[in-house]
Amino acid sequence: MSDAAVNCAGVWKFYGDYPALRNISFEVPAGRCLALIGRNGAGKTTLLRILAGFSRPGKGDIRILGNSPRETATRHRIGFLGHGISIYDELSALENLRLYARLYNLAQPEKSAMEWLERTGLVHVKDSLVREFSRGMRQRLAVARAFLHGPTVMLLDEPFTALDDRAIALLQSLLADALSRGSTIVMSTHQLREALELATDVVLIQRGTVAHHGPRTPEMLADAGWLYRQYGEA
Amino acid sequence: MREKLIYLLSAAAAVLLVRNLYVIFLALPDEAQQGPIYRILFVHLPSAITCFIGFFAAGVCSALYLGTKNLRYDAVAAASTEVGLAFATVVLVTGSIWARIIWGIWWTWDARLTSMLVCWLLYAAYLMLRNAVTEPTQRARFSAVLSIFAFTDVIIVWKSIEWWRTQHPGPVLSIRTGGGRMDPDMESAIYWNLVALLLFAVVLVLVRIRQEEMRREIDGMRQAAHAF
Amino acid sequence: MDFARHVGVIFGKDLHAELRSKEAINASLSFALVILLLFSFAFDPTADETRDIAGGLLWIVFAFAGTLILNRSFVRELPNDCLDGLIAAPISSAALFLGKALANFVLVLAVELISLPIFGIFYNVRWTQQWWSLLLVMVLATWALTVIGTIFSALTVNLRIRELMLPILVYPIMIPALLGAMEVTGPLIAGKPLEGDLLMGLRLLVGFDIIFTALSVWLVETILVG
Repeated sequence: MSDAAVNCAGVWKFYGDYPALRNISFEVPAGRCLALIGRNGAGKTTLLRILAGFSRPGKGDIRILGNSPRETATRHRIGFLGHGISIYDELSALENLRLYARLYNLAQPEKSAMEWLERTGLVHVKDSLVREFSRGMRQRLAVARAFLHGPTVMLLDEPFTALDDRAIALLQSLLADALSRGSTIVMSTHQLREALELATDVVLIQRGTVAHHGPRTPEMLADAGWLYRQYGEA
Repeated sequence: MREKLIYLLSAAAAVLLVRNLYVIFLALPDEAQQGPIYRILFVHLPSAITCFIGFFAAGVCSALYLGTKNLRYDAVAAASTEVGLAFATVVLVTGSIWARIIWGIWWTWDARLTSMLVCWLLYAAYLMLRNAVTEPTQRARFSAVLSIFAFTDVIIVWKSIEWWRTQHPGPVLSIRTGGGRMDPDMESAIYWNLVALLLFAVVLVLVRIRQEEMRREIDGMRQAAHAF
Repeated sequence: MDFARHVGVIFGKDLHAELRSKEAINASLSFALVILLLFSFAFDPTADETRDIAGGLLWIVFAFAGTLILNRSFVRELPNDCLDGLIAAPISSAALFLGKALANFVLVLAVELISLPIFGIFYNVRWTQQWWSLLLVMVLATWALTVIGTIFSALTVNLRIRELMLPILVYPIMIPALLGAMEVTGPLIAGKPLEGDLLMGLRLLVGFDIIFTALSVWLVETILVG
């Protein structure tokens, strides 16, 4: 077994008889940032949800830091940011973060929650219900939720798609910070510059298979459609 | 191979059913107290046993599915439940007809009648749940869970309702009574018809399994066609 | 140790969120009132038989009104994909289930304890003679309803037609528990002590609670993680 932070070995996922993922294998060494790119329906979200332990592969093996993603110890070290913000509208910002801090067994839930409210610039609204928040504020709170427990493996599903400028800047600085501390990042993305700038490696998924796996090159950054064209997708 | 097996089994079931019909209607005499209507028992009792074997098989296959995630078990569970439900309907209908003649009423809230109805409702819900879930793997998972819950519940329902009042005739077969409740010829006719109905049920289950597998294959192709 | 704490956190979260909006509990209470009112049209409320069928009436009210609360249990997690956050968190699915079930239990029991005296007033029934025994039966039977309601709320939460499916699944499975509760509640309200035949119903409830709690705790991970 390799000591990569994220290890995906021969992973298949079936919906009935239909294979949504076919024999996906790749490794992400610790401290790297992998961008999963591909068209809608290629299987990016399915793959990320399997990595995060939301569903099990039909065949194959997933290792996060050497363990199965469903193990409690592993879940302490994964931070997941999906399409939904996973924040309760009927609770306040502070209550939301405190809830997650407790679920993650943090020693001082109140203090950690306040710390992250400060980092995301939400202290002044800490007692307001999330229902009353603007979109940007909700997104920043979601980012705080994902980073709250100091994860070492970040799994992000289209993280920049619905974000406003301030949230993008926040997330970028947090991710860069995490990388510099040796954390590992896997994020799915369309074609966005923000994601490719951070990425050290790129996996292109086409029809549920890995079409390309290699380092992120300057060409990709300069021309967003470059990789797609290499693999016959206009 | 499976095609041949289906034909063979249906032929055997057909021959046996014809033979049983002859015995039931022409060879055996009327029962002393009930008259001709007692013959419904030859369908009623074997159907009841067949339907419970079906539900039991469905429960076992559902547990096996959850253990192995092999969709074949899901197909078997779905097929046995459907066939079991068909036989449960036969049990309710034949029982009701018998009750109308002997008791003078179509229905009474007796323990076994009530339990059978609960059972029927539970497995009808199972089939509705299958219809409501579109993704085949998820459908298999959810219906397996429900099947296990339903089977457990059936056992509790049966036991609990029996505690409060029973009107239904008691056991007649020798294995339950130790013998003496029934004429041996009549009892053997019940067993023969049980064999015939079981064969028939197996044929139905095999046909349904094949349909279920085809449906999954078609679903897979349709998804592949719509994916890109 | 962690397990109990996580159950507590989920329990507190659900109860807190519900008490803040009071959506489910208000709906459930007014539904209970409506059913109690409807019964008055179905039979003569002053008749002596009211007491005889009190057990049945009450548990129909409790089961119908309670389902409104149970329905909401996992639906509450749908907006913003909150369920993802809970599944990703390092807590066991069993803790998640038990925390939610306990929160539902408290809410449903509260609705029952409010409806019971209202029933007594409306139908002129003195129900307080076997107060403690009655409470015991209500606790046992309510837990039965709650376990079944909560686990099937989890099962149906992602279905398009969950509002249609849930009652079809939940009521038939609840039948043994409801039957036991009805058989015991009637005599208790009539003032009979909890002994003899009534203990049989109690045994049924305890058995039902144990079996289905174990089954739910065992299967909830399978339901939540595909």
